Amino acid sequence: MFPVISFEWVWDMSHMVFHGGLWYALSIIGMGMTYCIIKAAYDTFKGTDDHH
Amino acid sequence: MDSALIPDGVKRCPIWQFGLAIAVVGAVLLWGVFAMLLVWIKGLNQTNMNNAYGFALWIWADLGVIALGGGAFFTGLMRYVFGKDELKYIINYAVLIGFICYSSALLILAIDIGQPLRGWFIFWHANVHSMLTEVAFCLTCYFGVLCIEYLPLILENKQVDRVPFFHNLSHNMHEIMVVFAATGAFLSFFHQGSLGGVSGVLFGRPFGYREHIFIWPYTFFLFTWSAAACGPCFTILVTKLTEKIAGKKLVKDNVIELLAKIAGWMLATYVIAKLIDTWYWATVTAPSKGHVMMDFYTNNPDSVYGIWILILEVGVCGVLPALILITDKGRKTPATLWTAVILASLGVLLNRWVMVLQVLAVPVMPFEAWSTYFPSWQEIATTILPVAYGVILVLISYRYLPIFPQEAELNPIEEPAPPAETAEVTEKNGELAPEGELAPAEA
Repeated sequence: MFPVISFEWVWDMSHMVFHGGLWYALSIIGMGMTYCIIKAAYDTFKGTDDHH
Repeated sequence: MDSALIPDGVKRCPIWQFGLAIAVVGAVLLWGVFAMLLVWIKGLNQTNMNNAYGFALWIWADLGVIALGGGAFFTGLMRYVFGKDELKYIINYAVLIGFICYSSALLILAIDIGQPLRGWFIFWHANVHSMLTEVAFCLTCYFGVLCIEYLPLILENKQVDRVPFFHNLSHNMHEIMVVFAATGAFLSFFHQGSLGGVSGVLFGRPFGYREHIFIWPYTFFLFTWSAAACGPCFTILVTKLTEKIAGKKLVKDNVIELLAKIAGWMLATYVIAKLIDTWYWATVTAPSKGHVMMDFYTNNPDSVYGIWILILEVGVCGVLPALILITDKGRKTPATLWTAVILASLGVLLNRWVMVLQVLAVPVMPFEAWSTYFPSWQEIATTILPVAYGVILVLISYRYLPIFPQEAELNPIEEPAPPAETAEVTEKNGELAPEGELAPAEA
């Protein structure tokens, strides 16, 4: 699953495509949520509520 | 306490009625949980699966709910990426249905693997030559996306929304929802397709095997296509059912009609592709493996599969609903709309049945007979379990979350009539004021 850490990891096309896709999707989801949470915390701290 | 959680401007049934409904469905849920525990404690010997049927009722249910849950990714794609703004009035419910379907799929898989404690093996010891590994990856990631799409709805609950952080978080998530929706569509395309690819690559089973485009068999594309076509039909069906049960209109007709039109054209093009695929398989693929098409539909005394199942799947549950949904009159007439969405939903379930169970029923060796299979009660109970869970989640979400943005507008709550005493006083005052609106002194 992880390069280097996982003893079964092989640097071949199958591993790179499969796990590359997985980590790509997870990165987008993770970065998106991180952005939302940090911005929500910032907005709350600043007291800004320009919604609705 | 309960009324404080109900969204503003809408009316809900009394708490006892709600509790009773939860209790009735909860009893079914408990039956399923009991069967699930039996399978986990005693093992897969609780099922009627055998050497011929390594995939059985659970995998059919899995593929079925994933196809029906396709309404979430496709409606999200239409709403956020292609800008079909009217769909914002039904996207919440599509997401909820998708969330239920995908969490059910994961639950069924957790039961089906027999040893759920080793569920993480598919990630850690991934077989990178298996389509099912791709399914596991995409399914898990997409479930994460559905959680993210469902979360703002929970945060919009009247009480939760009062907390500034949650209010801001919900708003921020809505703002970048297009990113999640696009990721969800990407993931759905691959896992829906790979589920179809599983039977398409079985070169030892000519009933399921299909020719390839690069590494993908035709079934890869047909599964994605059918999920995008029939998923929205299921969303419409559940919305209509909810309206019937709630006894009120929840979504305006123009929204339903737009989604039905899109689904109709998707279904029509899918059926054409399916017919071409079937024709090519019957005339080229199957003969190249030493079979004629009717080998798979006749001379199978131990099995119920006949040519009727193909006609039912592609004709009655494919061509017919497509023709209804692409016509304006068909979409606008309630009876035909109901018929079309029911048939389309059944059609995709039947397709998954054929591609999972009929594939396994066909003998592999010339001296073998058709394999038969009937699920055990534990398999049936654990397949009904997600349905009960889904109903409970719909009940709770409908009661406490603003699932239908048009509900308050479509069902205005009438102001209670003033008490009799007040009305009398008002009347008397009116009598004292001969000039209508003028105060007595002015009169």
